[in-house]
Amino acid sequence: MRSRTLLRLTGPAVLVVAAALLGAVASDSTEVYFVNALVAVAIVVALYVFVGNSGVLSFGHVSFVAVGAWTAGVLSVPRSEKPAIMQYLFPFLRDHTVGNVPSLLLAAAVGGAFALLVGLPLMRLSGLAAGIATFGVLEITHNILRYYERIGPGANTFSSVPETTGVLQAAIGALLVVGAAFAYQTSRFGRLLRATREDVAAARAVGVSVYRQRLGAFALSGALAGFAGGLYVHLLPINTETVYLDLTFITLAMLVIGGMTSLWGAVVGALAVSGLDSVLAEAENGLDVGGIAVDLPAGTRIVVVGLLMALVLIVRPGGLTGGRELSLRRPPRAPANPNPRGEMES
Amino acid sequence: MSLLAVFGIGWQVLVDAVGLGAVYALMAVGIGLVFGVLRLVNFAYGQLVMAGAYALAFASQWNWPLWAAVLFCVAVVVSLSLAMERVVFRPLRSQSPAVMLVATFAVAFLLQSIALLAFGPLGKAASSLGYLNRPLTIGSVDIRKITIVAIVVAALCLGLLMLLLGRTTVGLHMRAAAMDFRTARLLGVRADRVIGSAVLVSGLLAAAVSVILTVQNPLVTPDFALRDTIVVLAGVVVGGMNRLLSATLGGFAIGFVSGLLGGALPTDQSQYLPSFLFGLVILVLLVRPAGLFARGRGPVERV
Repeated sequence: MRSRTLLRLTGPAVLVVAAALLGAVASDSTEVYFVNALVAVAIVVALYVFVGNSGVLSFGHVSFVAVGAWTAGVLSVPRSEKPAIMQYLFPFLRDHTVGNVPSLLLAAAVGGAFALLVGLPLMRLSGLAAGIATFGVLEITHNILRYYERIGPGANTFSSVPETTGVLQAAIGALLVVGAAFAYQTSRFGRLLRATREDVAAARAVGVSVYRQRLGAFALSGALAGFAGGLYVHLLPINTETVYLDLTFITLAMLVIGGMTSLWGAVVGALAVSGLDSVLAEAENGLDVGGIAVDLPAGTRIVVVGLLMALVLIVRPGGLTGGRELSLRRPPRAPANPNPRGEMES
Repeated sequence: MSLLAVFGIGWQVLVDAVGLGAVYALMAVGIGLVFGVLRLVNFAYGQLVMAGAYALAFASQWNWPLWAAVLFCVAVVVSLSLAMERVVFRPLRSQSPAVMLVATFAVAFLLQSIALLAFGPLGKAASSLGYLNRPLTIGSVDIRKITIVAIVVAALCLGLLMLLLGRTTVGLHMRAAAMDFRTARLLGVRADRVIGSAVLVSGLLAAAVSVILTVQNPLVTPDFALRDTIVVLAGVVVGGMNRLLSATLGGFAIGFVSGLLGGALPTDQSQYLPSFLFGLVILVLLVRPAGLFARGRGPVERV
């Protein structure tokens, strides 16, 4: 039993380390794809902590990524450069600059606090109302970050943030998020929340507070998403459009394609879609495959990812991993359509 | 009237708000009809409108007469709508609504990026109905002709739909399916036919919306109608998805409130309109999760 539990952590961890090692030996131009993939793992696993364990859909998690990115970004731009790029900042933001690690921790703290604050009222909702309400959070966050220039660069791109997220930082960050997700889902709280996912009525009947369990997971997942946002802003110059609808779509696609209900699925989905995305990105720039020049028009990537996501949902609704954790034994013969109702609440 | 004046809302704002509400009500009906029979929230509805807008743009580029352009638009939107049902919705019919919502989210992005790939990011102009943008002055109020057209078209479409639902066999079947799909099938309602007709009507409505929106905003880009769809979806859920009427009222209400807010907010705060709007949406959902216009307390939520 114990070795099986351990396998469930080592599987995802080994994948992350493998991606990092490949990135470390790759050339500089390909390295960035691996770093991107590792940051994607962090974001998708953060999303999984809530969506996967609770079965409630959230369209709002990118707002926690955005808030984390803003926190880490604003606080780590060197003080001397702040007036030039962000002239309207509040004094306390203008006058303080923190290092790399503190900026990531603060990103996690702010992301978690924001998620807790938002979750307090929102976790009372379920189904479509919850979906639309979380979408509303994304809209509001995007709107405020874009126009409120006292807390950041507004519609401009975040420049001058130290680019500290290389392979090493991305790998450590992704491993930390995976570790936290694993620790949560094997904890008492994780199990209680998964019980509500499988059967709300039964979980209620044995005294589980659905609201409290969901709120806890939402806050944790917000903190991890904020942390991932911190990693992201240290990777490349971003703006409000980077952390909006497209990222919401692509991270949700990664989770769905991998398998919504397992940590293994979240990691596999993030890495698989990132890998495919990178190959397509290269192909958009012109790629030489065995002497044949491949040159795809720009924008092919989202078409392919969208097609893949629709296809996976139709053919294999459980995702590539079937929504199961990694196991050496073959899973018990699954029904043709594994658990269509239990996966996501309606 | 004095209360409205306090917020700086004049007749002008009021008329424009009703116009926006009318268009959003049409979109809400299109989304609500499909939800009724399929329990599926179609995130990709805006991309149907976008496709219709491109059809109109191409028709005006080719100098087609107006009737041909509108016909082309209807043909494109309806066939896309039916194709979407056949290829995506049908295989997913047994899935939970959340899975279907994610799937339509994927379809929306897919169609949008196909448009980006095929037509580029710059946009095309659909200008054949441009003269409808000219204002008609009544007293001190300038009403753009399209606003009147939008209100009339919306009223006409809704009236026809009421007749269809209330007076025809297909309508009866659709209402029965919306009430209880399984029992309706047991009683002899043909599932594919009733879903097909709902999708068809919803496509027709999307085409009407394409025509109205391209007049208001002739520049057609791949994200045409995306923002409107998001707002209407919120409106539909806020209104209450379980009845077509409450969904429609929700669509109208969010368009109307959005128009009023646009007029009432001081200029230096008008960029925060989405925040105010979605803040309001969240507030209403917290107070009435089943919908603002839902009858009674709405269905008992299982969760």
